[in-house]
Amino acid sequence: MLTRRELLLAGAGTWLSRRARAADAPGVTAAPQDSLGTLPGKQPLIQRAFRPPNFETPLADLAAPFTSNDVFFVRYHLTVIPWLDAASWRLKVGGASVRQPLTLSLAELKSGFERVTIAAVNQCSGNRRGLFAPRVPGVQWANGAMGNARWTGVRLRDVLNKAGVAAGALEVVFAGADSAVLPQTPNFVKSLPLERALDESTLIAFEMNGQPLPHWNGAPVRLAVPGWTGTYWMKHLTDIRIEPKAFDGFWMKSAYRLPTGAFPGARFASQETPETTPITEILVNSLIVGPVAGARLKRGEHAEVTGKAWDGGAGIAAVEVSVDGRRSWREAKLGHDLGRFAWRDFRMPVDTARAGPLEIAVRARSRNGAQQPDKLTFNPSGYHDNIVQAVSVEVA
Amino acid sequence: MRRIARVLGRCGIIVFALGSAGAQAAEAAAAAEITGLKDAPGHDLTVGRCIICHSLEYIPSNAPAMNRAAWQKTIQKMRERFGAPITDDEAKQILDYLDANYSGKAS
Repeated sequence: MLTRRELLLAGAGTWLSRRARAADAPGVTAAPQDSLGTLPGKQPLIQRAFRPPNFETPLADLAAPFTSNDVFFVRYHLTVIPWLDAASWRLKVGGASVRQPLTLSLAELKSGFERVTIAAVNQCSGNRRGLFAPRVPGVQWANGAMGNARWTGVRLRDVLNKAGVAAGALEVVFAGADSAVLPQTPNFVKSLPLERALDESTLIAFEMNGQPLPHWNGAPVRLAVPGWTGTYWMKHLTDIRIEPKAFDGFWMKSAYRLPTGAFPGARFASQETPETTPITEILVNSLIVGPVAGARLKRGEHAEVTGKAWDGGAGIAAVEVSVDGRRSWREAKLGHDLGRFAWRDFRMPVDTARAGPLEIAVRARSRNGAQQPDKLTFNPSGYHDNIVQAVSVEVA
Repeated sequence: MRRIARVLGRCGIIVFALGSAGAQAAEAAAAAEITGLKDAPGHDLTVGRCIICHSLEYIPSNAPAMNRAAWQKTIQKMRERFGAPITDDEAKQILDYLDANYSGKAS
C-alpha cells in the first residue's frame, strides 16, 4: 500500500524521467507527446502539468458509457487546493440581489432540497487545444479533457429561491476554496447569467457516478452546468452571490472568451462586448475511440469504428462515418440514450476485404440541426475544436 | 551529488551549490537535468520565477505555439495580471532564455 507521499513522488518521478508514450489520439494533427502521471486516488493519467494539476483521461478510458471517477480528467488554474472536510464545509449564499442570505452545511443541502441526478458530459473549454493548427498557447490538451458522469445534487434554482432572488438580479457568481500562491493573482471566480443559474439542469452536485466527489473533481461540492463547458463547473464550491451587475473579474472579463458572433450557442449578454463574448455551450462533437490512429486491421476480419458523440443538450440525431476520403457517408448505429446532456455511443462495421490504407472519418449531427464542421474556426485561446476527426489505419 | 540533487529535485527543491566555475557548470547542468529545461543562460532565473506559481512542463509543452512576441505577451500577463514578482531586467533575461530555447513557431 503506497502512502500519498509515495504516490506524489511517483508522480513527480514520472514527470522528471519524461517517460514518453506514443501519442494515441485520433485526428489528422499529431497529438502532443504524452507522459503519464498519478494523483492520489487517480489511475495514471496523461500529465499536462503537475502544478497546478492538469491531467487528461487516456483515450482508452473514454470507452465506457460513464467515465470512472478515478480516471476523470483534472483541471486547475491555481495551485493552493485545500483538502476540505465535508463535515465543516459550508456554502454561503449572498450578494447584493439576495433577499435572505443563507449558510448551508452539507447535511442541510442534502436534506433540505430535492435530490436530482443528471448524466452529463463535463468538457473543458480547451479540450483538443493541443490539436489546433496553428498551435495556440495554453494547456496542450488532446481529446481527454472531458468525461461523462452521473452528477447528483440539488438544483441551484431551489437553493437560490430559498434565499430569494431580488428583482434586478442579473448574474450569479461562484467561488471555490482553491486559490493562488500570490495574493495578487485573481482568484478563480465565475458567473452565470441568472436564467442559466435558474435552469432546472444546473446542479449543486455532491456525487459523481454514485460516489462522493473525488477531491480532484471538486469535493465536497461543485457546480454542474450540463451543456456548458467545464469552466463554469466551479469546484470546491463555497460562495454563491446573486448580483445586479455583470461580474468583472479576470476569469470572466479576460479569460474564456471567444470572438463575438464566431460560434453558435447560448449568448451571455451581460458579459458580451462588440469584440469578445464568453464561451458558453458545448458544440456538437464526436470522438473516435477505436480503432486508434495507425492501427493495423487484419484483412477479412471483423472490425468496427466506435466512439462517442455529444452536444450542448439538444441531443444527438445521427453519427455518420466515411471510409472513402469523406466522399460518402453512412449512418452509424447509436447506443443507448443516456440523456440529452450525456454522450451517445456509436458503432459501425468497417469493411476489411481490401488491403491498403484507410481513413475513417466521423461526424455527428445534433437534434437542433448543427453538424460538425470540416474547418476549424480559429480563436486565439484554442476553444471549440469540434471539426470532423479522422483516423488513418492500415488493412493488411 | 547528482543522486542527492535528483532526490531533492523530486521533493520539488532545487539546489544551486556555489563553488569553482567548473563545479558551478556541473551543478547548472545537473539542475537543468532535474528541471527538464535547457541548460542555457537564464535557466536559473526562469526556473526561480516561473516555479513560484506553476510547474515547468508548461514551457516545453507550449514551445510549438510560441515565438518571441508570444513569450513577451505571456511574461507580461504573468507580471501584470497574475502578479509575478519579476523586475524589468529579469523579464528581459527570461524572455531571452525562453525565446532562444522554446520558440517553436515562426515569428
